[in-house]
Amino acid sequence: MGHTDTQFDEMLAGLDQARPPYEGYYDWFCGEDLKGLRRKSAEAEAFFRRIGITFNVYGQEEADERLIPFDIVPRIISAREWAKLERGIEQRVRAINAFLHDIYHRQEILRAGRIPQHIIAGNDAFLPQMIGVNPPGGVYTHIVGVDLVRTGEDEFFVLEDNARTPSGVSYMLENRETMVQMFPELFTQLNVRPVSSYPQLLRRSLSDCAPQNSPNGKPVVAVLTPGIHNSAYFEHAFLADRMGAELVEAHDLRIEDGRVAMRTTQGYQPIDVIYRRVDDDYLDPLTFNPESLLGVPGIMDVYRAGNVTLANAPGTGIADDKALYSYMPDIIEFYTGEKAILPNVPTWRCSEPDALAYVLEHLPELVVKEVHGSGGYGMLVGPVASKKEIAAFEKKLRAKPSNYIAQPTLSLSTVPILTKAGLAPRHVDLRPFVLVSPNRIDMTPGGLTRVALKKGSLVVNSSQGGGTKDTWVLGD
Amino acid sequence: MMLGKNAGGLFWMFRYLERAENIARLLEAGWYIALTHAKDDGSNEWESILITAGMNAAFLEKYESYDAHSVINFLLRERSNPSSVMSAIEAARSNARMVRTALSGEVWEAVNECWMELKAILARPVTERNLHETLTLVRNRTSVVRGALHGTMLRNDIYAFARLGTFIERADNTARILDVKYYVLLPSASFVGSSMDNVQWEVVLRSVSAERSYHWLNGGDVTPQGIGEFLILDKRVPRSLAFCYLKIGQYLDLLEEEYGVRQDSQVLAHSVCARLDKATVETIFDEGLHEFLSALIADTGSLAHQLETDFRFYG
Repeated sequence: MGHTDTQFDEMLAGLDQARPPYEGYYDWFCGEDLKGLRRKSAEAEAFFRRIGITFNVYGQEEADERLIPFDIVPRIISAREWAKLERGIEQRVRAINAFLHDIYHRQEILRAGRIPQHIIAGNDAFLPQMIGVNPPGGVYTHIVGVDLVRTGEDEFFVLEDNARTPSGVSYMLENRETMVQMFPELFTQLNVRPVSSYPQLLRRSLSDCAPQNSPNGKPVVAVLTPGIHNSAYFEHAFLADRMGAELVEAHDLRIEDGRVAMRTTQGYQPIDVIYRRVDDDYLDPLTFNPESLLGVPGIMDVYRAGNVTLANAPGTGIADDKALYSYMPDIIEFYTGEKAILPNVPTWRCSEPDALAYVLEHLPELVVKEVHGSGGYGMLVGPVASKKEIAAFEKKLRAKPSNYIAQPTLSLSTVPILTKAGLAPRHVDLRPFVLVSPNRIDMTPGGLTRVALKKGSLVVNSSQGGGTKDTWVLGD
Repeated sequence: MMLGKNAGGLFWMFRYLERAENIARLLEAGWYIALTHAKDDGSNEWESILITAGMNAAFLEKYESYDAHSVINFLLRERSNPSSVMSAIEAARSNARMVRTALSGEVWEAVNECWMELKAILARPVTERNLHETLTLVRNRTSVVRGALHGTMLRNDIYAFARLGTFIERADNTARILDVKYYVLLPSASFVGSSMDNVQWEVVLRSVSAERSYHWLNGGDVTPQGIGEFLILDKRVPRSLAFCYLKIGQYLDLLEEEYGVRQDSQVLAHSVCARLDKATVETIFDEGLHEFLSALIADTGSLAHQLETDFRFYG
């Protein structure tokens, strides 16, 4: 599966011929003039700035707060396509929670030999402190973001599971709000499923996981943020605001009478559920990182005693680790007894001699990733690498094969964006957001579509020239 | 129930907004004097404005003389000056971001837009040509924030902390303006009205945007006693010390009602209110205007500190 130019465009099947989900939108689009739409784009940007929907960039004083570019052409998913994604994601999320419970208790999956011991034992994302801990409500990943890519009509792949603290949901909500304000006529004409109930669902989902023995009548929920300099601070404040929860930093909290309490104008008040947007390492200096000045000393003791809910639970990172990713189909089968509905991207584990031999032979076609790397560092993208780069990488790979996995370079689908010259295709991915509570799984129809704004680029990250689109799921 | 940190954030957000507005007013007054009076009088005025703003020492570290351009830019946009208009607006917005969940969407947008516009216009040095436009923008933008606060926020503890910040900063500012002019003008309480006086007092009135209301009340008769009455004791004047303390007392009463606890800050505020109620302009001048103002500035400082403790701003 090499990189080709015959990529799948989700809107247009041919010149001026829209695919079924886009028919209504495309008719409307053809009746609009380009200048007017360009003006709407500028309006949208001004709107985002005024609301303050920005992300912070570290170490760049002038560009301290930046906007993520927003494209006004929506990404549209049919009811049928969504139904399949929904089933596949739900299956995956159930398996992830079952896996996390198992891996921190009896470890049946290791005993059964379905995944090798060393993947867990030597992994920093596995937290021994979580062994035997029972999270309130039995839920590990309250909020999951599953990254999907598409390569054809019916070909969706899971690229990554985000089981720690997935971000981006505020863009999903604000993108929709902006679109409804700018193009109300589209929403009266077309049957687009709403996304606006996400904050209420999140609040309910978190409340449903509250400790049973809470002294508060109604569970008190707080969002824990690292503070206003964090790159996702806008989202933390936004979600707290929309849920009607308090937005706290670690220094607002302390342990009192065996519970986590926040400092209010009237003294310390106990909290039941903490939607934490800080990493495991910064939760509790007594348990995880004695060097850290951040965190709430003793919070893990309260957690282990079952007196506070942390969402997501500490230690969930073991489920979205790259080394584990290639075992996800086995994990799904082990816990659900079913085949995975959504496939993984095919992955070669370089720790296995046959796979390594294949990878070494096909380096110019493959993407090779470091198992513990993130953010695109330590990665080889074969088709765009020079001979010299490939040779250098080959050396590293031979020296420590178990440190790498390899995947084919996928030909990602495109959705058009609005440029000065009109519509132009750009590569996209999709991150739907899933909420897990003891009795239910809620999925907001749609999610965050990220788009690589540069022609031909496959990089959708906001830090590297990526933008976002509103994502529409059509009703039946 | 609200977080102590948020109470502190609201308090400081509105202190900084008030500060930015006050500095813009001071500058406007100084600029008016520089334009309408002979050089000898006018150039001196910049020094007294810097003293009133509490920035004279910081200014002299950077500049040697009081030329209009340096003073204007130092007060408006100097980054190293933590009380310049730009720094104050930055600090107000940063506090607003921190307490965003306590603000209505309209208040947040108003303060964010205020910051965006001022950041754009203050990116380049302010010249004499665009000074008026810049100062008007500061006043307009901060007024929009205040308007959004009045129009969209619940009258609860959140509102009380925002208003306490405003009136503490304003009381401090009015007391300082008077105190600086006291040195210049009133070696003795019996000294009344040369023409130079009138220029100075006009600065005072303009810097609190009150020249029209003063003249309306006093029929053009500008005396130290009249101004003392007006800016210290008259509860109809929104920038007088009596008015500021009346409001401070009321908002602390509101907090008592909401929380069911009488705090030390409330006791202190009401003792200052009582002092202002008892005073007449004659007793103040007899006992010493400077002493009276110094005591009030010190009390306002202690009160701010006591609020911090009573409502757990920092832990």
